[in-house]
Amino acid sequence: MNITINHYLVVSFLLFSIGFLGVLVRRNFLTVLMSVELMLNAVNLNLIAFSRRLSDLTGQVFSVFVITIAAGEAAIGLALTISLFRQRRTLNVEEASSMRG
Amino acid sequence: MTGAETVPGALLSGGAGWAFVIFAGLAVGTAIAVVVARNPIHSALFLLSSFLLVACIFFLEQAEFVGAVQILVYAGGIMVLFLFVIMLVHQRGVQERLAFQHQWDVALIFLLVFLLPFLYVLWTERFPVLPQNLDAFRTVRGRIAGNTEAVAWVLYRDYLLPFEVASVFLLVAMIGAVVLGKRSAEKVD
Amino acid sequence: MRDLLWLVPVFPLLGFLVNGIVYLASHRTHGSGGHAPGPGTQPEAESSTAAGHPHAHGHAETAPKWKTLHTVVGTGSVGLSCLVAFAAILDLGIGPLSQGAHHVLTLWRWIPLGVNQATGQVPGPLAEWVVDFALRLDSLSALMLAFVTFVGFLIHVYSVGYMGHDAGYGRYFAYLNLFMFSMLTLVLAANFLLLFVGWEGVGLCSYLLIGYDYHKKFAADAGKKAFVVNRIGDFGFILGIFGVFALFGSLDFGKVFSAAASQPAIYAPYMTVVCLCLFLGAVGKSAQFPLYVWLPDAMAGPTPVSALIHAATMVTAGVYMVARCNVLFRLSPDALLVVAVIGGFTALFAATIGLVQNDIKKVLAYSTVSQLGYMFLACGVGAFVAGMFHVVTHAFFKACLFLGSGSVIHALGGEQDLRRMGGLARKIPITYRTFLVATFAIAGVPLLAGFFSKDAILAAVFESHFARAPWLPKVLWTAALFTAGLTAFYMFRLVSLAFYGKFRGSAEQEAHVHESPRSMTVPLVVLAFLSVVGGWIGIPILRGGDRIGEFLAPVVPALAGAHAVEHAPAISLELALMAASVAVAMVGLFLAWTWYAKGEGRVPAQLAARFPRLYRTLENKYFVDEIYEAAFVEGLAKGGGRFLWEVDATVVDLIPNGAAAGTLGASAVSQAFDKNLVDGAVNGVADSFQRGFQLLRRSQTGRVQNYALVMGGGLFCIVAVYLIFR
Repeated sequence: MNITINHYLVVSFLLFSIGFLGVLVRRNFLTVLMSVELMLNAVNLNLIAFSRRLSDLTGQVFSVFVITIAAGEAAIGLALTISLFRQRRTLNVEEASSMRG
Repeated sequence: MTGAETVPGALLSGGAGWAFVIFAGLAVGTAIAVVVARNPIHSALFLLSSFLLVACIFFLEQAEFVGAVQILVYAGGIMVLFLFVIMLVHQRGVQERLAFQHQWDVALIFLLVFLLPFLYVLWTERFPVLPQNLDAFRTVRGRIAGNTEAVAWVLYRDYLLPFEVASVFLLVAMIGAVVLGKRSAEKVD
Repeated sequence: MRDLLWLVPVFPLLGFLVNGIVYLASHRTHGSGGHAPGPGTQPEAESSTAAGHPHAHGHAETAPKWKTLHTVVGTGSVGLSCLVAFAAILDLGIGPLSQGAHHVLTLWRWIPLGVNQATGQVPGPLAEWVVDFALRLDSLSALMLAFVTFVGFLIHVYSVGYMGHDAGYGRYFAYLNLFMFSMLTLVLAANFLLLFVGWEGVGLCSYLLIGYDYHKKFAADAGKKAFVVNRIGDFGFILGIFGVFALFGSLDFGKVFSAAASQPAIYAPYMTVVCLCLFLGAVGKSAQFPLYVWLPDAMAGPTPVSALIHAATMVTAGVYMVARCNVLFRLSPDALLVVAVIGGFTALFAATIGLVQNDIKKVLAYSTVSQLGYMFLACGVGAFVAGMFHVVTHAFFKACLFLGSGSVIHALGGEQDLRRMGGLARKIPITYRTFLVATFAIAGVPLLAGFFSKDAILAAVFESHFARAPWLPKVLWTAALFTAGLTAFYMFRLVSLAFYGKFRGSAEQEAHVHESPRSMTVPLVVLAFLSVVGGWIGIPILRGGDRIGEFLAPVVPALAGAHAVEHAPAISLELALMAASVAVAMVGLFLAWTWYAKGEGRVPAQLAARFPRLYRTLENKYFVDEIYEAAFVEGLAKGGGRFLWEVDATVVDLIPNGAAAGTLGASAVSQAFDKNLVDGAVNGVADSFQRGFQLLRRSQTGRVQNYALVMGGGLFCIVAVYLIFR
């Protein structure tokens, strides 16, 4: 079974779009954050695949940075979740529409 | 781990290729489960398995360092954090009636309309064939030293500035998380 | 005989003059009776039901002696025109026409600006600034002429029965004759300028005929809308004509096309812009996206008008023009890509709207837009012959469908809402049977007319090739195939709702249901017959079966170049494609039958309840009209108007005020200046913009996920554009 770069592209795009779909359709704020992590993961996969193809370590280093940033972002996002929950007692993103109009 | 020297253009072949197919298929499957599951704890666990599967793919690609970091940080750190917060804000008896937001049909149609042509393009795009150097990820100054050391050489020499910036970023994130998560003093709990 | 070609447009012109003068004279003597609204007329403001049918308003009838005159002159002129047309065609001969014989009848020199003026920088060697009033009969115009005159004649005969009780009978036939004159001028024109004269003429007649019931605000508005939207397209068309003239130095078809064909390298770089401008004209005239919005509203006109103008003839003028200019379009693959994409998109888009419409004529209107999309799709992939083939077959079955719907409306005394019909199959059998035949034809049932033409288009799309976007043919083919299924579905839905099941109207209507008079049913039968046999001029696979392709070959070469004869697709592939389209059509027909005929619409009602937003979007035509209203009408036109009114009112008033109040001093003047002019203008602008923006405000939902969806959509579009044009 030969795996070419195209396979990686397709898998990473699928993961990315599933993550994107999750961001768009889920009500629970935490699930939205998890979908964002999925998207970042897909990007990582893409980077590693190309790093392999070009035989260049830069892709892997970039991946490490992406993971780092994802960690930071997850931390902030979760802190925001807790703050939001304390204020509104709900995790439903649809109810966060006070910017309406 | 077997390499792909024999077939030009392939990144993996033979048994490793099948392993990739299995891991990738499971990764996509668990990703879908993340999005579809009602209970956020289920979503978190599926996400965890997705991360582990992707880490396995990284290992197949001989990017052991990134794979290990993925497991340690993502699976071990971030997911644990998620689980903590889920359990913290979990409201007993309030099970989500509807998991999906009101624009799910539009979003699904939109995604299908864009997904399929993109997939087709990505699948059929012909990339030029490049020679595969399997030892590139383990070589440091001409000797075989392991992936971690190779990454370290690149990270600390060529990308030192981004590395430092990343640490500052983590510091800022930490402070920000603490500030955001703090209960305000005047508020009656 | 061929030199009497000028009689073909002139007969209807004479008909128009005679009918018009007699009508005006007869109505002057009768005072204002006859066309003023009687006391029994209901003041319908926005309702589009019962539009355009004589029974719906309490008009007095025309006096019998005038009625006979109008009938004879009106139909006779077109009949004579038809005879002369066929005589001229046979005089030239079908064989010679297929070999490239053509006859140009120059009536007079119209614009004799000068001969052989050298224009240094324009690469056109034919710098004769001359435009003649000339008619051209070649295979393409002969084909158009044949069915335009014949179908036109049938519709005139039909109108005798349909409009028989209307007080404005003479006016109607006058306008209809004027339309035939303009359309025939368009078809027979030998140069761009004369074609444009016909083009504008049919636009004018469309306005006059849509707004025939000018007492009804909705009809009058629809006429205006048609004219204005058409004008946008005409703007592009004029620019295109300018471009042609600047490049080639002549507007004559023969000269321009032979120059383009013989020296493509000189002209090719400019062709994209010129062809896109010309295509804009076609988009307006043939109701493609985004200038299609006038066609559904045009259903406010009498049904024979809808059949003639908005199904069989005027809307196909755009396709005719593109087919005529195929030499130019072939030099610009990018323009062809745009044509194909817009055609394919419009076909699918309009079909989805047609699924949920409840007015019988609106369904047919969106069906027309969709089928026109097919024709442009065909032209866009280089299969101009297939496009023209579909023009011809579409004229037959769409005219039959519209006239059939007119018969239904007539039988029910003006009812147009499908929800109040049902079970008419046994009550108006002739109408039902011809309607069913035409429905099968449009659905693509094998061996009927629509099957061959639609199949030709699908096959051409599947085998087409676009250098910029190799994935486009498959996408377009999938869209076109899906649209074919949708077409079969919504047409049979129409048939089921109208003819099967129980009658859902009022008891009074049910008592009055009657079959139409012979003047209406005979054209229906003729058109139904043509819907069956009309496709046999273009049978693929059979050697020598593609007669229409051979006939049009000198004017519209078949897919030339890389797709030459030796590259002809395998028969198995053709059969497979045919099978796919037949399967899709059968699925559509069966599904419609199951849901509407047997199931009485339960399943669709359930679906509508489960997806309310989707249903409402489709029902409201994707809110395109509302968007246009907010952006262009409210924002630009009315906002600009209000601003100018403010400026005008203050400036005009300021002069006498300033003079009389000069003693009040400079401070008073400057205060008035600031308050009225500046503030007034600012307020006026802000106010009008605000009203426009209220509509746009609805997109600010405050929900991040909605914004994310829109952002994602934009991002994907950008990437898609990049992928196409890299």
